[in-house]
Amino acid sequence: MSPSPNPTTSAVPLPSPIVETRNLHLWYGTTPALRGVSLSIREKVVTAFIGPSGCGKSTLLRCFNRMNDLIDRVRIEGECLIGGENIYAPEIDVIELRKRVGMVFQRSNPFPKSIFENIAYGCRLQGLKDRHELHDIVERSLRGAALWDEVKDRLHESALSLSGGQQQRLCIARAIAIQPEIILMDEPASALDPIATARVEELILELKRDYTIVIVTHNMQQATRISDYTAFFYLGELIEYNETNRIFTNPAIKRTEDYVTGRFG
Amino acid sequence: MSPVDSANFMDKHPTHHEQELAFLKDRLLLMAGHAEGSVNNAIRALMERDDALARQIKEDDQVIDNFEIEIDDLCLRQLARAPLASDLRFITVAMKISRDLERIGDEATTISRRVLELNCEPQLKPYIDIPRMARLALDMLKEALDAFVSRDSKQARLLIPRDKEVDAIHKQLQRELVSYMIERPSTITRALNLMTISKAIERIADHATNIAEEVVFNCEGRDIRHSAAALLKA
Repeated sequence: MSPSPNPTTSAVPLPSPIVETRNLHLWYGTTPALRGVSLSIREKVVTAFIGPSGCGKSTLLRCFNRMNDLIDRVRIEGECLIGGENIYAPEIDVIELRKRVGMVFQRSNPFPKSIFENIAYGCRLQGLKDRHELHDIVERSLRGAALWDEVKDRLHESALSLSGGQQQRLCIARAIAIQPEIILMDEPASALDPIATARVEELILELKRDYTIVIVTHNMQQATRISDYTAFFYLGELIEYNETNRIFTNPAIKRTEDYVTGRFG
Repeated sequence: MSPVDSANFMDKHPTHHEQELAFLKDRLLLMAGHAEGSVNNAIRALMERDDALARQIKEDDQVIDNFEIEIDDLCLRQLARAPLASDLRFITVAMKISRDLERIGDEATTISRRVLELNCEPQLKPYIDIPRMARLALDMLKEALDAFVSRDSKQARLLIPRDKEVDAIHKQLQRELVSYMIERPSTITRALNLMTISKAIERIADHATNIAEEVVFNCEGRDIRHSAAALLKA
């Protein structure tokens, strides 16, 4: 597909972009995965990335906290700004960046420790030792992730004893414990049953009051339920980016239409 | 299969989902054919003072009602699959069009009931305005349905202003019938029946207008109801 200027990208009103990419390219070895992506993500809204497998949506998400640095032979060109700062500039401290930009993965990955320690771990790493303060953070984070009532009597049991849905909410609690500005979610509900999915979705809608959330999902109905803006990617390009309602009722570009109606992909 | 290959595959072979949408469209058009036929018959029954034909319309209305139920059922089944974008618009529009067609069938029934009453007395006046109005309304309906089939929102937008012509004839006819009633109270029953028929035809044109607006939404995703400004932006 030839690169085309995207008329809808600039049409999105963004009073306060917190994440911005400018002509971002990324290669895995010689394979291009992102081809000149430019988009602005607004603060304290939920932005969904959709597109067929291999379209670059997860790759782009992982650019926002430099998770791609962990993969060999990755090459990046263009700019990725968070709060106006180019996060690929040499002076950027990646550890500090990842405190500001938390992440929740497709499969919940609690540490093989107690529920309490899963949340407290990040704060301990930052040098926090005060037991009361740690307890406050654990309680606040678990309440924030709508998990407190279910686990408050078993905080010192293994996190691995929780159900899949609870483990995923624990991972969200862990992500918010260090009070990031942005939470990246890579298909956070794809391994959960419908009830656990509904709880995670409800939680995402709660969290957007305090955090900017970017979520990759293959479930378009999920994107309609939880996101304010949706970006559609195809073969490493941003095809269309607009208000979610617009993307799913009247997309401007035929390829988006074909994808969301299930006519390809 | 790469995304590109799968796109080609889907182009060549309509999916089950696409076949079901095509079936829904077929049923809707069949329903439209019945609704148009009923209005035509109702006007013919009036002009030809044909009681048998007027009675037939009541029976035909049952067929239209059954279509409405069937189409709602088909649409609900589609909605349960959570369609998006043009599919979502098409299904919601199909439900609305079927509701408009059902109402058009009801208007035809109303006309036929009044025809049966009118046929009990001598004709009050030569019918000139009523068939003219009916022709306009039926043309609007036909064109709205053509625009739906050909997904032609321009054609749909163009016919919407013609509703005003039907409204004007309806008002003129109301005035004329009022003067009949004032001059000769013995004409009141007949004049009231003709007023009801005139109103029914005016409503049919309104439903045709609704369908045209629904076609615009289906094609463009733009809601132009209750908005003269949006209509001009064709």
